[in-house]
Amino acid sequence: MAIIRDMIPAFELFQPTTVEDALALMAEHGEGGWVLAGGLDSYDWFKDRIKRPEAVIDLGGIDELKGIIDGQDGLEIGAMTTLTEIVRHERVRSEYILLADAAEHVATPQIRNQGTLGGNISQDTRCWYYRSGWACYRAGGNTCYAAAPQAMNREHAITGTSRCVAVNPSDTAPALVALDAKMTVRGRRSSNVYDAEDFFIGPATDITRMTVLEPGDLLTQIDIPSEWANAHFYYEKVRDRGSWDFQLVSVAAAFKTSGNTIDDARIAVNGVAPFPVRLDAVERLVKGAAVDEALAIEAGEIAIQGSRPLKHNEYKQPMMSNLVRRAVRSVA
Amino acid sequence: MGEAESVGLLETKYSRRKFIKSVIAVGATASSAGYFIGGSGLLGAQSSGTAERLITLTINGQQRRVDVLPNETLAMTLRYRLNLTGTKLGCDRAECGACTVLVDGVNQYGCSMLTNQVRGSSITTIEGLENPDTGELSLVQQAVIDEGGFQCAFCAPGFIMSMTAMVNENPNPTRAEAAHALSGNLCRCGDYDKILNCAMRAAELARSV
Repeated sequence: MAIIRDMIPAFELFQPTTVEDALALMAEHGEGGWVLAGGLDSYDWFKDRIKRPEAVIDLGGIDELKGIIDGQDGLEIGAMTTLTEIVRHERVRSEYILLADAAEHVATPQIRNQGTLGGNISQDTRCWYYRSGWACYRAGGNTCYAAAPQAMNREHAITGTSRCVAVNPSDTAPALVALDAKMTVRGRRSSNVYDAEDFFIGPATDITRMTVLEPGDLLTQIDIPSEWANAHFYYEKVRDRGSWDFQLVSVAAAFKTSGNTIDDARIAVNGVAPFPVRLDAVERLVKGAAVDEALAIEAGEIAIQGSRPLKHNEYKQPMMSNLVRRAVRSVA
Repeated sequence: MGEAESVGLLETKYSRRKFIKSVIAVGATASSAGYFIGGSGLLGAQSSGTAERLITLTINGQQRRVDVLPNETLAMTLRYRLNLTGTKLGCDRAECGACTVLVDGVNQYGCSMLTNQVRGSSITTIEGLENPDTGELSLVQQAVIDEGGFQCAFCAPGFIMSMTAMVNENPNPTRAEAAHALSGNLCRCGDYDKILNCAMRAAELARSV
C-alpha cells in the first residue's frame, strides 16, 4: 500500500511548446530528465521516491502532439491524445472500434480524461518488487524477486520472460498490435517508424526498457492503417475489479472474414508477458479456416503452447486459452 | 509584491507573513527549503523555459494569484495554499477519486496533476458549485441531500464533482451508464446504491430545468 508523503521531491519543470524544444531539453538533461505525458505512471514513481528526476519535461503544452487526423491511409493519432478523445472519436468508433474498446477499459474516467495513448503504451510495468525500488534485474540489479520461491507472482508473466517476469500493463497495446499500428519515434537527429509489435521489447532485448524508446527518444505519433478498418474485432480484458485494475489477461483480435471463414487475422494477448504477444501460430491456424467450436478450442490450445507458469499464476494459462477461444468463436 | 498580496477572498485572511511561513513549512518537510528560500527573492526571474512560480489560476470563476512549487500537485495547492479544503486527499495516488475536480468541465484527479499544468484552465472545486450570490446549491448537491446518499461522506466531494461532469455531458443516463461515469470514485462505506440514487436524481433534476 502506498504511503502518503507530504510532497513530490523537488524538480525543475519545463513546459516546451514544440517537439523540437522538447527534444533539445531531453538532450540537455540526459539521464536526469523525465518526460511527462499524462503523468499517471510518473507521479507514482515520484511520490514513492523511487525515481527522482532533476528535470521534468511536460509534453502537455505541445499542440502538435494532440488530436486525431484523418490521414490518407487511416488515422494519425498524436501521442498526447487523451484516451477519452480516442474513445469518443467518431471514426475510431465506426472503423476501429477495437481501439475504442481497449481505451475504454483503461482504469477510470478521470484517468482516461488525462492519460494519453502515447503514455498508455510507453508506461512501465507494475511489478511491485520493481515499483517498490527493489534492486531487481530491471532496475539494474542482479536478481528477480518475483520469480523467487516465496514470491507473490499472481499477476506476473507466463511466457516471453528472460530473467524478468514482469508484464506489460497497457490495455491499448494489444489492440494496436492487432491493428498493425505504426509508431513514429523522433530523436534529435532521426525519426523512425516501428511496427507496433516491434515497438514493445522484451527483457531478452533490453531488460531495463519496455519499448524501443531510449533516453532522448520521443514517441510522437501512432498511425492506424486502413488495412484493418471495419474488420471483425474482438476485445476482452479480465481484471479483478470492474474499474481501475490492470489486466490479468486481455485479448485483442482483428479478423477479415467471408461468412464464417477467416481470410486473415491478427491476434494479440497482453498480461502474459513483458510485452504484448502476437499469436502467430494461432493466426496461421485460423487463416483460411471455417470457424467452428473445434477450431476455437484448437486455437486456444495452441495459444498457450510453450508458456510456463510461476508459482501463483497457473490460472493465466486457461484464462489466456479461453480468451483466444472466445475471440475465434466470435467470428462464427 | 503588491500583486502577490492581492489574492482572492480566502487569502485575505492570511497576512503575508503567515502565508510565507506556511509555504516554508511545506518546503521544509519536502526537503526543498533550500530551493524555495533560494528562489524567494527572485520571483518570476527564473531561467527561460522553466515554469514560473507565481502564477494565476482560474478557480471557481475567480482569478487566484498563487505561489506554487514546480513539483506541487493541484490538490495540494487547493488545500494548503488556497484553503479550499473541500477537495479531499484520500490516497494521493489516483486510486480513490476523493480529490476529483473539474478542469475545463472535465473530471480529473487533483492529486495527479501539477498545478503548473492547469494555468490556462478553468478549475471547479466543490466550493464552486453553489451559486456564489444566492448560496443556492447546484442540482447535484440538492440531489445528494434529497437522496441522503453518503454515510461518512469523505468521498462525497469527489463523487459530486464526477456526478456534475456526468450530468453536464449526459443528463439522461441509464443506471449502468451512471455507474460507469462514477467508476473512478471509491466509497469505503460501500454506499454505492444510494450514491447511484443521487446520480439518477441529479440527472432527473437536470432534465427538468
